[in-house]
Amino acid sequence: MRNTRVIEIAVGIFVAAGMAALFLLAMQVSNLSNTGTGESYTISATFENIGGLKVRSPVTVSGVRVGRVDAIDYDNHAFEAVVTLRIDKAYSSFPEDTSASIFTSGLLGEQYVGLEPGGSEINLVEGDRIQMTQSALVMEQVIGQFLYSAAGKRDKDE
Amino acid sequence: MILDRIQRLGRAAIGFVERLGRAHLFLLHTISGIPGVLLRPALVIRQLYMVGVLTLLIILVSGFFVGMVLGLQGYNTLSDFGAEESLGVMVALSLVRELGPVVTALLFAGRAGSALTAEIGLMKATEQLSGMEMMAVDPMRRVIAPRFLAGFISMPLLAAIFSLVGVYGGYFVGVGLLGVDDGAFWSQMQDRVEWHDDILNGVIKSLVFGFVAVWIAVFEGYDAVPTSEGVSRATTRTVVHTSLTVLGLDFILTALMFGD
Repeated sequence: MRNTRVIEIAVGIFVAAGMAALFLLAMQVSNLSNTGTGESYTISATFENIGGLKVRSPVTVSGVRVGRVDAIDYDNHAFEAVVTLRIDKAYSSFPEDTSASIFTSGLLGEQYVGLEPGGSEINLVEGDRIQMTQSALVMEQVIGQFLYSAAGKRDKDE
Repeated sequence: MILDRIQRLGRAAIGFVERLGRAHLFLLHTISGIPGVLLRPALVIRQLYMVGVLTLLIILVSGFFVGMVLGLQGYNTLSDFGAEESLGVMVALSLVRELGPVVTALLFAGRAGSALTAEIGLMKATEQLSGMEMMAVDPMRRVIAPRFLAGFISMPLLAAIFSLVGVYGGYFVGVGLLGVDDGAFWSQMQDRVEWHDDILNGVIKSLVFGFVAVWIAVFEGYDAVPTSEGVSRATTRTVVHTSLTVLGLDFILTALMFGD
């Protein structure tokens, strides 16, 4: 058995290394450093179809991430999806007539909400609802429409 | 003839239930011995050295290689879909959620668990444990509890080290050798790996596995038939039972944690 001091130092290094590994996993590998415990506010938007949007999907303006999707609900009366967006306090000056669209990053990538600021003088505040929205592009619908119009064209040609 | 078989079946069943009961009573004794051990940290530190520090090397090496293999395999599959940039996500999620806790527990059973069982079993076979009882030293408190505590503390630390080293192994192969973009590797990983859902659940998994692995190891040692054959059997049982339990528990935990 080696002497006690060496053992204690080795154990100290081991425990410190383990803690450091946990810390690094949290900071370097996961999104702990950018989920922002900072202040934020929520606004909502209704969409006819949200496609594959999920809770925690990013919310971007001009490609810059400003927040994330906080909740997705379905409005039973309007028959629309209600998406709650949590936006960082740092980006708090969106005009009231800002529009929201659901985009896809890349051809098969995940979906996100893109905001496009309007020109109004009044800003959106906590709890406001975005009026102008554009639904997700659903591939099946697009292909369906394309086939439909292609078939119609051919009928006319004949 | 048939009666004989039924008798044997019954004896096996009763034996199994008896062992199960003994294992749980043993666990209660061990846990009640832990507060006493905290007053003498030197015992735990010595065991942390035996169980944790000496296991570190195998964890580091296998973590790095598992990460490298994940990087290589992931790259081959992902590049078919033009999604090499997601390599970081794939490597990190597989390690943090599954491979980190599970492989660490398996290695832990092989490296530390078997040693614990053999040590305690031999202590029993050479009547050191009864000697302690004779001197009014509680072997539960002096021998079992420090080893149990040390194993329980070491496992999550080892699993965290394994996962981290594995991520760097994947980075080394993916970015260093195969040319995946450095920034995309990390940024996609940070985007998609959730602190609470992925990392914390991985830590919970490794805590559970550590608890089970070290429990089985010390119990098998303490319960071993005090002969050389008994100790060798107990050591084998430790590795087999721990591996099976960890893999089975992993399925249940995964279904609970990531099931939706």
